[in-house]
Amino acid sequence: MTDQAYNFAYLDEQTKRMIRRAILKGLAIPGYQVPFASREMPMPYGWGTGGVQVSAAVLTPEDTFKVIDQGADDTTNAVSIRTFFQRTAGVATTTSTSDATVIQTRHRIPEEALSEGQILVYQVPIPEPLRFLEPRESETRKMHSLEEYGLMHVKLYEDISRHGHIATSYAYPVKVEGRYVMDPSPIPKFDNPKLGDMAAIQLFGAGREQRIYALPPYTQVVSLDFEDHPFEASKADHPCGMCGATDSYLDELIIDDAGGRMFVCSDTDYCEARQAAGHKGKDAA
Amino acid sequence: MTPLLSVQGITKRYGAHIGCADVSFDLYPGEVMGIVGESGSGKSTLLNCMAGHLTPDAGQVVFDTRTDGPRDTITMSEPERRMLGRTDWAFVHQHARDGLRMGVSAGGNVGERLMAVGERHYGDIRAKATDWLGRVEIDASRVDDRPTTFSGGMQQRLQIARNLVTGPRLVFMDEPTGGLDVSVQARLLDLLRGLVRDMGLSAIIVTHDLAVVRLLADRLMVMKSGRVVEAGLTDQVLDDPQHAYSQLLVSSVLQV
Repeated sequence: MTDQAYNFAYLDEQTKRMIRRAILKGLAIPGYQVPFASREMPMPYGWGTGGVQVSAAVLTPEDTFKVIDQGADDTTNAVSIRTFFQRTAGVATTTSTSDATVIQTRHRIPEEALSEGQILVYQVPIPEPLRFLEPRESETRKMHSLEEYGLMHVKLYEDISRHGHIATSYAYPVKVEGRYVMDPSPIPKFDNPKLGDMAAIQLFGAGREQRIYALPPYTQVVSLDFEDHPFEASKADHPCGMCGATDSYLDELIIDDAGGRMFVCSDTDYCEARQAAGHKGKDAA
Repeated sequence: MTPLLSVQGITKRYGAHIGCADVSFDLYPGEVMGIVGESGSGKSTLLNCMAGHLTPDAGQVVFDTRTDGPRDTITMSEPERRMLGRTDWAFVHQHARDGLRMGVSAGGNVGERLMAVGERHYGDIRAKATDWLGRVEIDASRVDDRPTTFSGGMQQRLQIARNLVTGPRLVFMDEPTGGLDVSVQARLLDLLRGLVRDMGLSAIIVTHDLAVVRLLADRLMVMKSGRVVEAGLTDQVLDDPQHAYSQLLVSSVLQV
C-alpha cells in the first residue's frame, strides 16, 4: 500500500536524480567520497539517513527490498526502514537474502554470497577513514588526492604497540583498486574479505556527513596490514548454537545470571535457512 | 660543486609590508647556515618560503634532488614538494607540539615518516624507532609512551628523531632551542652538533640566540626589516661585525 501523500520512495525526483549522479560518480571512481546534498529524512541522524537516501534513489517499483541491522531482519532499525519503504514506495519486501534485489544494511554483509544484479546499500556514520587521526577535512582531502596514506598505518602501528596485534576489529580500513583508502562502514573485519571481488554493487551512504561512495562489482579491495602482522578476518571461535554453522559471524548472548552464554549467527536469515534445512546447534531447543 | 640549496631573490610581501626581500644565498652539502635577527626581521618568513610552507612572491629555491638534479621547488608540483618534505627535507618546529602527534606514541611518531614512504614491516619500523630514540638520548622503555608524558626537552629531541629517521639531507630548524632552559639547551645543542656532523647534514637554523649559531653554524646571515644586512663566516660576523645592526646585536648579549 503506497502512501499517496509521498512521491515514490519518499524523496522527490530531483533529489533522487542528484543522488543518482553522486552514485554514478562514486561507481566511476571506486572508493572516492562524493559529496552530495543530503536531505532531512524523517528519522534522526545515525539511524541510517544516508543509506535510506541511497536506497530511495535506486529503488524501482519492481524491486524486492530487504533491510538488516547487525545482520538481523527483525531489529527496530531494520523493521522501521523496511516499513518506511513499504509505505512510501510500495515495493515488495523480504527477509531472504537471495530473493532481495536491494539490501540495505547496517554493520554486516550477509553470509550468503550475493549475485550480479543485487545492490547492497551500507549505512555509514563516519565516511572518512582518516578522521580520528587528522581532524582537518581540508587536510584529509589533500591526503586522499595525493595518496598520502602513511598515517593510516600509524593507527595500525599504535594498535600493535599497545595490544600486541591489530586490535581494530570493525571499520577496518581498506585500499580500493590500489588507490583510495576507504572506511568500509562499521562492519566487523570478518566481513572485509567479502568486500573485494563481490558480484553485487556496493553503495555507501553517509547522511550526516553528506558523502556517498561506491564499489562496482568485482572491485579489488585490500585490507591494510603490516608484512609481519598480516590482516586476519576474526570471529568468535565457536559454532552457532542454533544452526551449528562454523563459517558465520557470531553474536555472543548472555542467557542467564550465572554467566551462561551462547553464540548465534548474527545473520538471522542465514541461520533460519540452515535450521529449516535440518542443521541443529547444541543450544537449539 | 653543486650547491644543495640555491636561493635566489626570495621576496615575500604581506600586503604593503615586507616579509623578506631579495634574499639570495647558496648552501653547500654538509654546511650549516644560521639566520639571526630580531623578532619581525623576516627570519621565519624566509624559512617557511624555503621549506614550501609559504609561497614567495618572487624568487627561486633550487634544490639539488637525488633523482633529477637541481629543481626549483617553488614551481614543482605539490605532490613532489610534499614528497621532498617527507624524504630529503626535515622541519624542526620551535614548539615540539607543532611537529609531533601528541595522541600517538613516541614510536609511532618516529615511525610515521617511515610508513609515509612505504615501510610496511612493523618489526623493522619499531627497531628503527627504538634506535633513533637511543640516538636522541630517550630511554628505549619510553617507546610506547605518548609525548604528552615527556618533558619539554624530551619532546624537542623526539621531534628531531622523528625528522631525521628517513635520513634527510637538509634540515630546516626554527628556533630549535626556544623555550628550553639553559642546561637542556646545552644538551640539545650538543646532540644536534653531533648529529649534524655524523650524518653530514646540511641545515638552516633560524634563531635569535647567538650562542646557538656560534656552536652550530658555519656561516651566518644577519637580517633586519626583511633584508640581509650582513653575511659571512660565523666567527667573522660575531667577532668583527661590520654593519651597525650586527654590532648592536652582538653587543646586546649579556655576559655572565
